[in-house]
Amino acid sequence: MSAQVSSPEITFHAEHSGTTKRIWRTFWLLSALTIVELAIGLLIYNMHKGEHPNHTLVLAFKGMVCILTLAKAYYIVSVFMHLGDEVRNLIMTIVVPLCLFIWFIAAFLWDGNSWKVLRNRYNGTPAPIEKVTPAAKEKGAKD
Amino acid sequence: MSTAAVQQGTKWWSGGRSPFNASYGKVMMWYFLMSDAFTFGAFLISYGTIRFSVNDWADPNHVFNSFPFAGHANLPLAFVSLMTFILIASSVTMVLAVHEGHNMNRKGVEKYMLYTIIGGIAFLSCQAWEWTHLLTGEHVAMLSDGTLSVLPTTVKSNPWGTPLPHEAMLAALQNTPHDQLASIAATLHHAGEAHNVAAMSNAELIKFIESADLHASNTGPIAFGGYFFGITGFHGFHVFSGVIINIVMYIKAKLQHFDQRGHYEMIEKAGLYWHFVDLVWVFVFLCFYLI
Repeated sequence: MSAQVSSPEITFHAEHSGTTKRIWRTFWLLSALTIVELAIGLLIYNMHKGEHPNHTLVLAFKGMVCILTLAKAYYIVSVFMHLGDEVRNLIMTIVVPLCLFIWFIAAFLWDGNSWKVLRNRYNGTPAPIEKVTPAAKEKGAKD
Repeated sequence: MSTAAVQQGTKWWSGGRSPFNASYGKVMMWYFLMSDAFTFGAFLISYGTIRFSVNDWADPNHVFNSFPFAGHANLPLAFVSLMTFILIASSVTMVLAVHEGHNMNRKGVEKYMLYTIIGGIAFLSCQAWEWTHLLTGEHVAMLSDGTLSVLPTTVKSNPWGTPLPHEAMLAALQNTPHDQLASIAATLHHAGEAHNVAAMSNAELIKFIESADLHASNTGPIAFGGYFFGITGFHGFHVFSGVIINIVMYIKAKLQHFDQRGHYEMIEKAGLYWHFVDLVWVFVFLCFYLI
């Protein structure tokens, strides 16, 4: 490998290992995480098929899938996109703004939930979204 | 090591070199991807807000349970797993292309870029099949006026509401006009050859439908189709543009442009974009199919 300088802005080149071992290891890791996610997804599917799914347990499994997804994202960004090999300052200018997502997700999901609570409180029972016309109601089309 | 020596004595902020030790193009690609992450994030969070605000949402295992050439077999998660693995595999071939680029191996870059392009096209084909399946699918749902209707999944109709109890379905059948009864009868598996459904009377049709094991649902929140097609469409558009960029890079590698330039950094930048597409799919997969 010639020591070609790809750009005058670059002072030193990151050490790229000669082998592809790390890439393949990450590939198997990502595949394994995906398979675990799918297994949990099928578990949730089977729980939903049951008469009374345990909602706390379903929520816990969904939380686990979210954590696994974040792990996958970490490996894609740090190994495949080589962000882990960059200068720390560059990593920080990418990662720190993304922390906005913590507030973004929490605030808006909270908002959506509050919307549901208010709608159920002031629209009466938690009925399906559409209103039923009186004519159809007489025939007992909805309960 | 030489790099450590350079690192120590370097005046990073006195001009002439990047304090990030990366070319302008690469740094800007990172910032573009960060802004794109916020765009996708805003879409997905908006979807989450709406989903949190309603009592029932379409069950993904129910909506996405089919596989090409598998007929009506119930295969939840199967097809989307295939799509996910296609994208992960194409991500690996992309990073291998970048690796070959570091080694200045043009043949290797060409080979892996070609694999990546094929993976991208395979993913897009899968998505085209899935969209067609949803847009042309026929599901019986009860409309807000209490009649039954055959609905596809579009941005304007969502047949994936809560299941309709059997008695409610029988009552709704009585309200349903003739043309809708005929189209419901036509969707049933054992219809067709023997019956000319349009010629049957309402009572005959209702009897015919009752004899079949018909599952109907309420209509679901109308936002489902818009969010699904909007977000997967926006992602699919990214995949499409990624494939175009990769094709351009493949041609440029073949024309030896990067050899003349002395480095394969363009492959790295295209790779960043392609991995980002994979990264977004990880979250789309999570939000639409898994939870």
